[in-house]
Amino acid sequence: MINLAIWLPAVGGLAACLAPRRAVGWVSFIFGLGALAIAIAMTVGYESGSGLQYLVDEKWLPDLGVGYKVGIDGISVFLVLMAAVVWPAATAWSAIKTPDRPATWYLLLAIGQSGAIGAFCAQDLLLFVLFFDLMLIPFFFLFGAWGKNPDGGLGASAATIKMMVFTLFGSLLMLVAAVATAFISSEGGSPLTFSISAITAQGVRDSSEIWLFSFFALAFLIKMPVFPFHGWMRDTYRSAPLPALALFTAVLSKVGAYGFIRVCLPLFPDATAELQDVMMILAVVSIIYGSVMAFSQDNARLVAGFSSIAQMGFVLLGIFALRADGLDGAVLQMVNHGLVVVPMMLIIAFLAERVRSDDLSKMGGLAFRAPFLAAIFLVVTMAVLALPGSANFVGEFYVLRGAFEVDITLAVIASLGVAMAGFYALRLYQLSMHNREIEADASAEISTGRGAILGALVAVIVALALYPQLILERVDDSAESQIAPAARSAGQTPATEASVGSRP
Amino acid sequence: MTFNQPTIDYAGLSPLIALVATLCVVIIASIIPRVGRFSVALLTLIGFATTAGLTIWQWGASENLVSNALRIDDIGSMAILIALLAAAGTVLLSLREPAAYTAGHGAYYALLIGSVMGMVVLAQSINLISFFVGLELLSIPLYVLCGAAVRRKESLESGLKYLIVGSLGSATLLYGFALIYGATGSTNFGVIAEELTSAQLASDTLVLAGVAMAVVGIAFKLSLAPFHQWAPDVYEGAPTPITAFMAVATKAVVFVAFARLLEQGLGELSGIWSDALAVLAVISIVIGNVGAIGQRSIKRLLGYSGIAQGGYILVGLVVVSTEGAGAMIFYLAVYALANLAVFAPLVARERESGFGDDVNGIAGIGRTRPWLAWPMTIGVLSMIGLPGTAGFIGKLFLIQAAVDGDYTWLAVVVVIGTVVSLGYYLRLLSAIWMEPQPDAPNTQSPMPVIAGGAPEADASAGGREEVPPGSSRCVLVVGTGVICAAATVLLGIYPEQLIQWATEAGEAITRAVGL
Repeated sequence: MINLAIWLPAVGGLAACLAPRRAVGWVSFIFGLGALAIAIAMTVGYESGSGLQYLVDEKWLPDLGVGYKVGIDGISVFLVLMAAVVWPAATAWSAIKTPDRPATWYLLLAIGQSGAIGAFCAQDLLLFVLFFDLMLIPFFFLFGAWGKNPDGGLGASAATIKMMVFTLFGSLLMLVAAVATAFISSEGGSPLTFSISAITAQGVRDSSEIWLFSFFALAFLIKMPVFPFHGWMRDTYRSAPLPALALFTAVLSKVGAYGFIRVCLPLFPDATAELQDVMMILAVVSIIYGSVMAFSQDNARLVAGFSSIAQMGFVLLGIFALRADGLDGAVLQMVNHGLVVVPMMLIIAFLAERVRSDDLSKMGGLAFRAPFLAAIFLVVTMAVLALPGSANFVGEFYVLRGAFEVDITLAVIASLGVAMAGFYALRLYQLSMHNREIEADASAEISTGRGAILGALVAVIVALALYPQLILERVDDSAESQIAPAARSAGQTPATEASVGSRP
Repeated sequence: MTFNQPTIDYAGLSPLIALVATLCVVIIASIIPRVGRFSVALLTLIGFATTAGLTIWQWGASENLVSNALRIDDIGSMAILIALLAAAGTVLLSLREPAAYTAGHGAYYALLIGSVMGMVVLAQSINLISFFVGLELLSIPLYVLCGAAVRRKESLESGLKYLIVGSLGSATLLYGFALIYGATGSTNFGVIAEELTSAQLASDTLVLAGVAMAVVGIAFKLSLAPFHQWAPDVYEGAPTPITAFMAVATKAVVFVAFARLLEQGLGELSGIWSDALAVLAVISIVIGNVGAIGQRSIKRLLGYSGIAQGGYILVGLVVVSTEGAGAMIFYLAVYALANLAVFAPLVARERESGFGDDVNGIAGIGRTRPWLAWPMTIGVLSMIGLPGTAGFIGKLFLIQAAVDGDYTWLAVVVVIGTVVSLGYYLRLLSAIWMEPQPDAPNTQSPMPVIAGGAPEADASAGGREEVPPGSSRCVLVVGTGVICAAATVLLGIYPEQLIQWATEAGEAITRAVGL
């Protein structure tokens, strides 16, 4: 079942190549729905509190100690579900207007989905590294070949090469660190293995823990991205095709954050505890930097980009509070942000298509002409600014509560970010929807097909806002077990009393 | 007076015998007027297939041949198989190659077979003399082949340059061998190893000087920096199929012979040469990767990237372990496939685009020629070492060997080199998929006269009409690329069998060769 969840999209992408030109996208979309159905079934069948489930553990490269070990716990199950929700949405969005070279486009998108879901499921360190890189490759082609050359700044192909150099720098160092981790943990005479649970059991207690942690952390921080590792972000966001960029922001950045939870916390607890302060400061700086930058951008894509830096700052803060409630909030926030950023990007795509520019000052005056779109966008905006009642509010609340217990100063500064999110989210909404009217074609309302896609995504957002315990309850057990060794090492109790039932 | 007839192990020598037979058959066939170029090429391929079959038949053997001059074992066989794969690919790419017309098909393929013969000897040699003979036998036909496209000045320049630098390398190597022989009194690797241990020659100046010169000589042949200056020029000038052959086969065989010399002959000195090799590896990785950035000629770019790849492969030798040797041979096999997957589309585009091997020649082929674009893409991804391709497993194997051998810093150097290499590898991919196809220049440019020759000589050489025009849509060229790319992806998913063969080969190298 889990194999199907990982590989069905890629198979669908290959199958879609055989379909006639106009149908390619829809064939791919149907396979995406299939993967979604499997992800839902896995979520329903997931039993809270019994460790890894749907485990598949096969030998792959026994000589090198690498196994094909995939499975999900309470954290990855929702990230898989989130990826499975947003991927068909973006696929369908791009299928409405058949893109150039459709077969290649959908094949690459589908491989990206398989890679991302695989990364969430991998329970073998090397397999994780493999999926981490595998999901990146299709986006190189997607961004470069279907991107546009913005005025000023790097063109699409230069920007995507820059993005690859940045992210592969991190992930190749991670490859070395992964190999070194396996060798160090097997020094006691046990056979070489990359299985994360086996390495955790054997332990990496060694003076090299710090540099191993740093190599992994570098890869994850670049991927998320977090200030000051976001150098690739601006050029990429300006040029990339929006449906693909939406997925990149929604899912691939989460794999970076997820890497901390899956790899760094259990394998390097001492280093995690030691560098806790550094990571929390990075998180807070990202929140403030991202919010300020998002507020001052005129390019709608960059507003989304910098706001995601701020959001990933919250996620990082939640993870490195090293408390169960912080981590619960971080996971919820990862899912929330994924679900929110996709409709936001798709709406930006729609608006930009209409005025042929990403410039916010050229958009506007849509609220009366396109009431449905405006309503949908309003829900998305409210979720971005974490209005009480939204799931984002719950997520940020948990993150901040975790952070308060650890360091009040940082938590107070971070909570400024919540207020600033209100500024940039409302500004984005105001400039694109209200404002004076612009000269444009009369029919401004979004088409039924696209409206349905956005409507479906917003329905998921609303559902999650009404019932965030769905995630919090199931995440909690896994969160505690992931965090326990590092929390012990940091001299904290992992806050077992995290009262997930009481909703603020 | 009795004469002891030496025992000859015909089974062990059978690959070499098959090649010699093929060589004779091809030369004779090519002078029969009614035998066309396809038949000659087919005969060559059959010969290579037979040799490969015989080599596989001898898999697992581990014995010395011809009074300890050659040794048949798994690592040698693996190198021979890689060389045969590259040679067969070269034959397929050469069918419509202008160089093969100007040189004559018989001579062209015979030279190729001669070079492969040298490779077989070199890969199996456990004696300084047979080592040198094998190396020369592989090099001399290559000098000629590089200059075989006599209508292009660059090709002649390439042949001459290769000849001069190659001879310099050979001379240095021979000098080093002489010194080693002078110190140990033997040319046999096994005896040398024993002498080094028993006579405690590990710090003997004569030996050390000899080893240093031998390493330099081989580094010339492998185009390891700082002995690499010839490589980009020769790669650029040589006929493209020959470039592909040099990039793959020479590297595989010379690396294996190098490993044999160092580990089976000079293993006692491993503490000394492994540090030297580590330095060579770092310099090669830096110079190769930096040099390749900004090249517009793809062959030149691949020449530089080959220097860097040589640096990566050298890591397998630096660590002095069975894992290292296994990783080296695995990487070589994978690299061979990736290289052919890149060169085959390059050959096709060179003939149809009119841009030669300029990057413009491959621009936009993602849209127009997917069967060329995909193999090239997969080949490049494999050279970078991205997952989904065999190159990833190769890099992983190498990094494991490096970390296992306490050379983690070298693994980090490899990784950083790889990041730098993105600068040019991704530029190729971006040309293929992200740039529009430029307008072709005048493709019907007249063939130049024989460089440096008189017009009369050119006229008498004939052949102007012999090269068929529009020969680009050749199924064989495209097929070579597609098959190699498919194998690259397949080995990226199911590498287990190849890993096992490479491990067996790696174990073979640590066995003492006996006296």
